[in-house]
Amino acid sequence: MTKTDVKKPITEQLALPHIKYRKFKQTIFFALFRFAALINGTALAIILFFLLKNGYKAINWTFLTQPPIDSMTKGGILPCIVGTLYLSLGAIAISLPIGIASAIYLNEYAGSGRVLRIIRLGINNLAGVPSVVFGLFGLAFFVIYLKMGVSILAGALTLGLLSLPVIIGATEEALKTVPETYREASLGLGATKLQTIFRVVLPCAMPGILTGAILGISRAAGETAPIMFTAAVFFTPDLPSSIFDEIMALPYHIYVLSTAGTEIEATRPLQYGTSLVLIVLVFGMNLAAILLRARLRKRMHI
Amino acid sequence: MDADLKMSVKQLNFFYDKFKALENISLDFYAGHVTALIGPSGCGKSTFLRCLNRMNDLIPKSRVEGKILLDNEDIYDCAVNVATLRSRIGMVFQKPNPFPKTIFENVAYGLRVNGIKDKTLIADRVTESLNQAALWDEVKDRIYDSALELSGGQQQRLCIARALAIKPEVILMDEPASALDPIATQKIEELIHQLKKMFTIIIVTHNMQQAARVSDITAFFYMGKLIETDKTDTLFTRPKLKQTEDYITGRFG
Ligand SMILES: Nc1ncnc2c1ncn2[C@@H]1O[C@H](COP(=O)(O)OP(=O)(O)O)[C@@H](O)[C@H]1O
Ligand SMILES: [Mg+2]
Repeated sequence: MTKTDVKKPITEQLALPHIKYRKFKQTIFFALFRFAALINGTALAIILFFLLKNGYKAINWTFLTQPPIDSMTKGGILPCIVGTLYLSLGAIAISLPIGIASAIYLNEYAGSGRVLRIIRLGINNLAGVPSVVFGLFGLAFFVIYLKMGVSILAGALTLGLLSLPVIIGATEEALKTVPETYREASLGLGATKLQTIFRVVLPCAMPGILTGAILGISRAAGETAPIMFTAAVFFTPDLPSSIFDEIMALPYHIYVLSTAGTEIEATRPLQYGTSLVLIVLVFGMNLAAILLRARLRKRMHI
Repeated sequence: MDADLKMSVKQLNFFYDKFKALENISLDFYAGHVTALIGPSGCGKSTFLRCLNRMNDLIPKSRVEGKILLDNEDIYDCAVNVATLRSRIGMVFQKPNPFPKTIFENVAYGLRVNGIKDKTLIADRVTESLNQAALWDEVKDRIYDSALELSGGQQQRLCIARALAIKPEVILMDEPASALDPIATQKIEELIHQLKKMFTIIIVTHNMQQAARVSDITAFFYMGKLIETDKTDTLFTRPKLKQTEDYITGRFG
């Protein structure tokens, strides 16, 4: 650029057609972005509409409060709802403490050595393992080797393991958003590192951690493969009485009804109804996560 | 100097990995006095200040050589408990950094982490510290509100109150007013005047008028070295070295 170019105001240097072209380009791209977002929303709307249209007839009080009867062609899905809730709660109880502890180690204590890189690599790869492999691992390790049998415990452990990378990731992200100045202020007042983590860092990060955790679990709650070898059975009318009992679960019930039931066509409404219940359950968890985060944020004075 | 020697730095070198940020610094601090550290940006003032309460321990690959004595005991001695040390040497940072907690909890924090549980003692100490930091009248009706709702100047005085609550012996301040407007700055300076009766205060500032107003002793740093130190009025009126004179008259820096 020559000296005279620099002195001219930038708007004069740009020819009018150029500006028009840029505006045109901007319009096109905004339209594309909007379209992409729209596809997303539409997909959700279609799924919901489809499930509602086909499933709402199946939903009634009996359906929600009774076990299946007549070779699962009639009756309700109560054992499946209870089973999925137990599995999700169990998975969260297992993966939340381990996940948070791992993330604290990685983010607050560990330096940047070779061991750390290997651990991180491990976690990233864990996230990429297909869920059916988790199922087989659960079968081999928890069910058979540790002799837990097909049980809530084995299923919850498997699901917990599956959601561990998500929880570690969410927790690390949340820990990173806590300003370094908070840590310095705390240490500067004579707090130990552990006190700093428990009294300042974790409370600040908690909204993010819990949201991430619940999202991870709600994802896991819908999985079929990890539980079909470890926890879920075809049919059991009784509600579980201990963590060593086998159970029914929503995703597995859907799978069974639509592939191996005695009358696949006749049970279509039940399949859609069960799917609807599963989706509502998952949405419910997500909503709970959002509400919890809002409440914690308010209480934390952020 | 006829005052009590509180801290004494002897031949201090500090390294960020291979970079030598401080070179052979020896400097004494006296109880009941304010010592100002001045010098151009990047000369190592903050680094030096953070050596005094071992805040630099947090920086990976950093290294300290030499001695820093607090009441004649080396703070880098391996028998020293760093948390205890830091509760004896308070710190106020450049940017106000209150915790996202209530005003009360901010001030009570240092007491709680140092094991004080007595509720009335904590409440009394909070009130006392907020008073000392000249903040009580402004916040007494809302000490259970979030500290983040305070103005920048109030937040900084809250951070001072937070440091005062655990009754430290020394208070380190790293450009405590640099993020504040002139009125808030004036309040902080008045506060320093009040506090120096009770504490040994060491303040970093890049503002020479401020150093002249608040301090008794001034130390001039340049490129990681301590160039000159003297009583503040002597240093500003009759500096011994040309380098110091050039800096305080604004000919460089
Ligand atoms: N964490 C760090 N790692 C490496 N170098 C640093 C770090 N902090 C400061 N430095 C360097 O040390 C020198 C002194 O910095 P600092 O103490 O912050 O100066 P001042 O507070 O006087 O402006 C500067 O050259 C700076 O770039
Ligand atoms: Mg600095």
